[in-house]
Amino acid sequence: MSHLIVVPFILPLLIGALLSWVKDEHISLQRNISLAASLALLVVALLLLSMAEQGGVQVYSMGNWHAPFGIVLVLDRLSALLLATTAMLALWVNFYAVAGDDQRGRNFHALFQFQLAGINGAFLTGDLFNLFVCFEILLIASYTLLLHGLGAERLRSAVHYVILNLVGSSLFLLGAGLFYGVAGTLNMADLARFVAQAQGDEQYLLQAAGWVLLLVFGLKAAFLPLHFWLPRAYASATAPVAALFAIMTKVGLYAILRMTTLVFGGQTGAAAGFGLDVLFVIALLTMMLGAIGAFAAGTLHSMLAYLVLVSVGTLLAGISMGSEAALTASLYYLLHSTWGIAGLFLLADLIAKQRGKLKGILRTGAPLLTPARLGALFFVGAVATAGLPPFSGFVGKLSLLQAAQGIQQGFLWVTVLLASLVVLLALSRAGSVLFWQHTGAIDEHARFSTPAFVSAVALIGSGVLLVIFAEPVLAFCQASAQQLLQPELYLQQLTGE
Amino acid sequence: MELWIACAIGGLVFCGVYLILRARTFPVALGLTLLSYAINIFLFSMGRLKTGQPAVIGTSASYTDPVPQALVLTAIVIGFAMTAFLLILSLRAYVILGTDHVDGSEKNKQEAP
Repeated sequence: MSHLIVVPFILPLLIGALLSWVKDEHISLQRNISLAASLALLVVALLLLSMAEQGGVQVYSMGNWHAPFGIVLVLDRLSALLLATTAMLALWVNFYAVAGDDQRGRNFHALFQFQLAGINGAFLTGDLFNLFVCFEILLIASYTLLLHGLGAERLRSAVHYVILNLVGSSLFLLGAGLFYGVAGTLNMADLARFVAQAQGDEQYLLQAAGWVLLLVFGLKAAFLPLHFWLPRAYASATAPVAALFAIMTKVGLYAILRMTTLVFGGQTGAAAGFGLDVLFVIALLTMMLGAIGAFAAGTLHSMLAYLVLVSVGTLLAGISMGSEAALTASLYYLLHSTWGIAGLFLLADLIAKQRGKLKGILRTGAPLLTPARLGALFFVGAVATAGLPPFSGFVGKLSLLQAAQGIQQGFLWVTVLLASLVVLLALSRAGSVLFWQHTGAIDEHARFSTPAFVSAVALIGSGVLLVIFAEPVLAFCQASAQQLLQPELYLQQLTGE
Repeated sequence: MELWIACAIGGLVFCGVYLILRARTFPVALGLTLLSYAINIFLFSMGRLKTGQPAVIGTSASYTDPVPQALVLTAIVIGFAMTAFLLILSLRAYVILGTDHVDGSEKNKQEAP
């Protein structure tokens, strides 16, 4: 049992607590601690990734109480991959925030670390109730981060966001309680074993609990009927916060993936394939709606928020197809979309800071201070996001399309290609308005910050790196997908000790 | 006892959902509180209803399940903190936006200009 597994959860919690004691006047001390912690988190995440690479599922029993009685953290390839994604994102977002955005409100760095603790905890935990607790940690940090910088628009979106998520939390407890009432356990592996043997009424109750949880995770992932909070919240958030939120929808998708592959996994008899067909239809509709929303958006930020919806739809389609190839493609696409969208959110903020009062509104305005650099970066980000060669979006979408089979193939091909076309149109229209159509002189308050630009380049540039290193990354994703589809290994490690 | 507990949960959920659907922040906060009460009692009853039994295994022949009690305790603490946060947020929104509507603006006012 390696103690390294608990570090991604404990470290941000401790650093967050420490940072809340450092007063905001000592901002440079706060920044140094926060950056050092994010860097350390990345190192730990990479070590865990190499641990997971050796195969096998690692279990960390809190206080040495073994599963299913104690609380366990579980590290498999999927959680290691997501931890590394989060750590990489967090480091660059942190680097961006240090350029000045962290001073627009109070306690940014402490909240940032708490948010990371919640996200990492959710990826690691092997226990349904602990998943709830981690969700709450990341949510309460996200409420305050969303409000970072205040302003009427942020307050408006925060009221919706908080109320919706409080209802979601209640439903989560309802689902978890139902699971406990029927199965007498909250350990996910133990639940999976129970679901496989459930008979008669128990089966229906378990399915009901499953649907309730699916609803909650759907609210976090923001797919079709549950997406209304997302565009407004993401568009109004401060740039580093919006960029960090790029991983938040993936937490919901991760939980859905665990439900479908583990708890209601392939070997669980009558409950197998739970809800997947419905999810597939929802995924396609979400994708289309996101694309239309992006096309109709009046500001750069709300366009990006709708692009988050498109990526959620694409990922959900992969998850709901459930085959090894589809999951491989989804995991690859998850890396691409998380970093890519986050980078675009940072870039949008850089652009908005050079457009005076217009900010992100897509109308003809003053020319930019540094159009060449920002324009080139926007071009790369847009091409990657729309899924054109030669960047990562193309590889992700192509492998997803190849993974589709049977009747799903036709629907998926049409929707993905149509959505990509609409997204491409939206992005090129936005790009031409921002970079080519301008009147008057450069805005006198226009600023350009090199460290902030570097973070945006790093995140968007990941789209290039993901193509260069596509083979090892895809191989790891494929191994993760294989591991997900063989939950026996996960079950053995938990209960065989 | 089961019937009465079920009725209580149902009643609380009914009132909670009704209040949440009111479009003002204070009723919504109250509704969320009622809903979380209902959920807490529900969680509690998931360990099966028993009276006068210890929540410790091994001291007597029968016992109540201690796990739901621990879960409820956690849920209460989290729910309490979240409600407090929501109330402060609503106050802030009321002061800055000048309305307690959850959308942050009154529908009727939009017709004026």
